[in-house]
Amino acid sequence: MPQDFPADSVGLVTPASVELPQAVTLACGRTLHNVNIVYETYGELNAQKNNAVLICHALSGNHHAAGFHSVDDKKPGWWDYYIGPGKPIDTNKFHVVSMNNIGGCAGSTGPMSINPDTGKPWGIDFPLLRVRDWVTTQKMLMDALGIPQWAAVIGGSLGGMQAMRWCVDFPDLLRHCVVSASALKLTAQNIAFNEIARQAITSDPDWCEGHFLQHGKFPKNGLAVARMVGHVTYLSGDAMGEKFGRDLRSGTFATGTDVPVEFQVQSYLRYQGESFSTNFDANTYILMTKALDYFDLGREFDDDPAKAFAATDSQFFITAFTSDWRFSPERSREIVQALVRANKSVSYAEIEASQGHDAFLIPIPRYLEVFGTYMQEIDT
Amino acid sequence: MRTDLNVVKSWVQPNAHILDLGCGDGTLLSELAAEKNCTGYGLEIDPKKINACVKRRINVIEQDLDTGLRNFESQSFDVVVMSQTLQAVKYPDLVVDEMLRVGKKCIVSFPNFGHWRCRLQLVLRGRMPVSKTLPYHWYDTPNIHLCTIKDFQKTCFAKNISIINRTVVSTSALDQLIKKPANFFGETAIYQLER
Repeated sequence: MPQDFPADSVGLVTPASVELPQAVTLACGRTLHNVNIVYETYGELNAQKNNAVLICHALSGNHHAAGFHSVDDKKPGWWDYYIGPGKPIDTNKFHVVSMNNIGGCAGSTGPMSINPDTGKPWGIDFPLLRVRDWVTTQKMLMDALGIPQWAAVIGGSLGGMQAMRWCVDFPDLLRHCVVSASALKLTAQNIAFNEIARQAITSDPDWCEGHFLQHGKFPKNGLAVARMVGHVTYLSGDAMGEKFGRDLRSGTFATGTDVPVEFQVQSYLRYQGESFSTNFDANTYILMTKALDYFDLGREFDDDPAKAFAATDSQFFITAFTSDWRFSPERSREIVQALVRANKSVSYAEIEASQGHDAFLIPIPRYLEVFGTYMQEIDT
Repeated sequence: MRTDLNVVKSWVQPNAHILDLGCGDGTLLSELAAEKNCTGYGLEIDPKKINACVKRRINVIEQDLDTGLRNFESQSFDVVVMSQTLQAVKYPDLVVDEMLRVGKKCIVSFPNFGHWRCRLQLVLRGRMPVSKTLPYHWYDTPNIHLCTIKDFQKTCFAKNISIINRTVVSTSALDQLIKKPANFFGETAIYQLER
């Protein structure tokens, strides 16, 4: 069976799950009991237990970062280009831990779980989360797995925010912080896009004030529109132009006919919205976008992110992509500037790429090379 | 290692915090870290060189010097170094100003266009000079702001920049023998500046 998988794949993987032994006190003041965490690991933990890396997922991600769940899987995990034997996050060297964050919808405790107080799905009543709540629960999983320190905490976009927050909350528990296409805080424009997405969801007649599961409904159309908006902002104008141009999927502009015209990009977007909305929870989408909006690394440090980084001795590797306008290189340069002011060890690469924000998920030769080089030089 | 880098190294005090503009593959920073316990960052735009820095664990920041150094705080480095890069930037005079703002002192090296071989090529052959240190043709050279030792010193004087130290180096035995005048026998000039 495994011979069906590429040689540089981690192959068949099976998610594991653990119930956290303690209740989780959240940033909002509320407490979650019996929290379940679903996670995957790739590569062996070495005897010194110093080769573990944590992968933090972004908005639509989950624990399934690499490999295949079955031989019939058409697609591997979401970061399979970057995790595997011989890949930048080399599973011959590292023990990779990837969990589904709480509030998610891939198995860890979230809005689709049963609220023990009501016996019904949490829905919109699931506590609002902040990035630090994910770091708190990632640390609890770390303890449960007996990992004393991360060789690296790695994340792109919202995942990068988690990696940076590790430096604030557990500054001694990571040796490297690897952040891609992220930001110290979102811009107004970025929050605005998230709000459009949320409005799309909550305007859907099947939203049911966030308790659609209890009513056996699902705001599928709203979630699909939310995803479409998001998806367009994760691509670049050039990338969409290259991929679709003004190509027609059906219809014609010939005079004398009134066949409706459909552009390729329309059908692509609808497909993206459609497939996403059948696999994702609307409340999770709202919760995740809010966590993104609320994040501001410097807020508790006199709005000075350099102070936020002060406590850690971690080394940093920051990357951004030239055509990413949702988390532009300017945002990453702000991270670098804060780290230089904090006198931290940091390297920064600005990768020429036309794919927009999604570039960090796509195999880009220069990113593969410099990311791989950085990871190879981590002592284990 | 290039001879000018050896001079630069000898001028840097132990434990200095350094910003190296156009740091290349990180040779200077890595040797300064090993030999003088220095810390700091290099700026570079060439992806291959950035990769080389990452490989030897030198802090490297991808940044185009033509966009300035606004992201660095005033007087935040002991030394700002720029070796063999001054002639390739768009606004060399502004870069030197910025180096002196960001660093307590700065060290600059550049190819001397007043060297006799350059002069000879221009006078006798009527051609733009091409040499080992300046291997490009006029149309493909990244060196868009070449100057002579005299030019550079005049600019420093006009800008009230103090020259603390100057050395010229050359690869040819003849140059090393005769030495003076520097603007005639120096292939590469290295300056230590303060304001």
